[in-house]
Amino acid sequence: MDVTIKIRRYDPEAEQPGSYWEEFAVSVPDNATVLDALIKIREEMDGTLTLRCSCRSAICGSCAMRINGHAGLACKTALALVVDENNAITVEPAGVMRVIKDLAVDFELFWDKIRAVEPYLQPAGAEPEGEYIASNESMLHLSGVTACIMCGACVSDCTVLEVDPTFLGPAALAKAYRFTADPRDGNREGVSRERLRNLSEATGMWDCTRCNECVQACPKGVAPMDRIMALREQAVEAGFTNNNGARHTNAFTESVGHSGRLDELRLPIKSVGGVTNVGAMLSYAPVGWRALTHGKMPPIRHKNVENVENVRRLFRKLDPELAGPQIGRNSPFG
Amino acid sequence: MKYAFFPGCVSQGAAPELYPAAKLICERIGIELEEIPGWTCTGAGVMQEKNLLFADTLNARNFAKAEQMGLPILTICSTCQGVMSQANKRMTRDPEYLAEINHHLADEGLEYQGTAQPKHLLWILIEDIGLDKVTELVTRPLAGIRMAPFYGCYIVRPTEALDIEEHPERQTSLETLIETLGATVVDFEGKTRCCGFPILTINEKNSMAMVGKHTSEAKDLGADAMVTPCPLCHLNLDGYQPKAAAQLKRKVDLPILDMPQAIGLAMGIDPKDLGLQKHIMNTQPLTVKLGARR
Repeated sequence: MDVTIKIRRYDPEAEQPGSYWEEFAVSVPDNATVLDALIKIREEMDGTLTLRCSCRSAICGSCAMRINGHAGLACKTALALVVDENNAITVEPAGVMRVIKDLAVDFELFWDKIRAVEPYLQPAGAEPEGEYIASNESMLHLSGVTACIMCGACVSDCTVLEVDPTFLGPAALAKAYRFTADPRDGNREGVSRERLRNLSEATGMWDCTRCNECVQACPKGVAPMDRIMALREQAVEAGFTNNNGARHTNAFTESVGHSGRLDELRLPIKSVGGVTNVGAMLSYAPVGWRALTHGKMPPIRHKNVENVENVRRLFRKLDPELAGPQIGRNSPFG
Repeated sequence: MKYAFFPGCVSQGAAPELYPAAKLICERIGIELEEIPGWTCTGAGVMQEKNLLFADTLNARNFAKAEQMGLPILTICSTCQGVMSQANKRMTRDPEYLAEINHHLADEGLEYQGTAQPKHLLWILIEDIGLDKVTELVTRPLAGIRMAPFYGCYIVRPTEALDIEEHPERQTSLETLIETLGATVVDFEGKTRCCGFPILTINEKNSMAMVGKHTSEAKDLGADAMVTPCPLCHLNLDGYQPKAAAQLKRKVDLPILDMPQAIGLAMGIDPKDLGLQKHIMNTQPLTVKLGARR
């Protein structure tokens, strides 16, 4: 198979450093991976091409890079499946992290975030006589997340990190979940609660936009975003609800549970803690005014769906704590 | 063709221009819409982080009602599309889970058989109706208009939930539609990134940074307008563009169209009937260029 590999290159020692595209025409077997082609280029065409790789079997996590604009492992990506109609692909370094040279990026940002979540077991209480025992059942759901090989593909494509490098990001948050959900870690008291408290702060779990980029990018099925959603559930359950993220998810569920649909007028107000949050209310004012003058305001009177009693019955049954005994009567959403 | 219509909350709330615009173009194309009686919110991914079972049960309830109608589901909201597809996968690949959900639905005499295949109007136009039909109805081609596609997240990821492998054409559906309408596609990096809407009340600065990044990128590539199949993206990219531009300390002024509005314009429908005046960003430079309005 004759393919064209278009590589985004960068040489910090060049007279005028800056990234540029370079094309390589290379002939590889039909079943070649992207990494096979890159290695062939390095060995036969340009020895200065810089990239990281080691195992060639999607185990070591060294060769994450952007292929056709999206992060993945070069060794796990079959060329034939990603070439365009001209048998060409683009290869770029992973996003978010600083490029050192060509396809090699500086992982400092990645490791800083992993270290920030204290990625080690912190059991509570007295030490047992032997080892810490965890049942098979209690660990099964963690098998997906422990498959993480720290390749950085999720961090590369994270839509939040792209605009805000202070966000903890998908890899570290998934790693945090691996401990908050481990029955040996603090047992929901002390340590785990402390973890959830810290992760509920700014730059933590609530800053994720649920864009699914990390789920798509992860080569090992860790589904970091799903773990972040599970962290949110844990945090709300543990009572860390004094933040806009937790208020938003509770208010959203209440709105739908009571009326069947979303009350778009009241949701943002409840998310910021009510009309008494003067700062937030003032910041909404210009947007609200523009919406009002363009006839874009959601209805003032939020209507219930027909046969809403059926929705409320499900709400009572499936989320009794949030539904409360007064559902349908003193509903916060009227 | 007739469909069980799932409009979604936003098309009847904060994006009141979308619902009538979609109805208008469906009528012209010959798509008959019968709204699912008493449909509920899909949860938009938000309820899913609080109580997945409750959210999935509400989606199953909508699906069961559509099954009773004997019609395939049509939605005009990408977020609804993504959330429904994900919920549907969870239920249909796990019979025990579906049985648990059906147990809760039984109180109301409903049962979800697992046959629903919810589809966005964008996909329906390409896969069910065929773009030839749309081409036939284009009386005012958007010639000379440079249009940037904005997919957002839910209609492109995760690919497994959206059956992208079986339907690779879905990944370029918006570009295909733009070309069918006679406009020129402005390809840009941000087209499948997040618009920032889900974190609007949580981290407004980041949300505005996303709006600013995508709209200014398209604008700098010469876009006259951006078009999106997602009303939530529209809310943020249009409604919050002034705020985002202020944060970026620059002018952007990019009109954002709901997908049915772009189709309606090409079909020669009056911009007013499509609700273009309801947008926060002025659409007049676009309609003037198009000759739809002086």
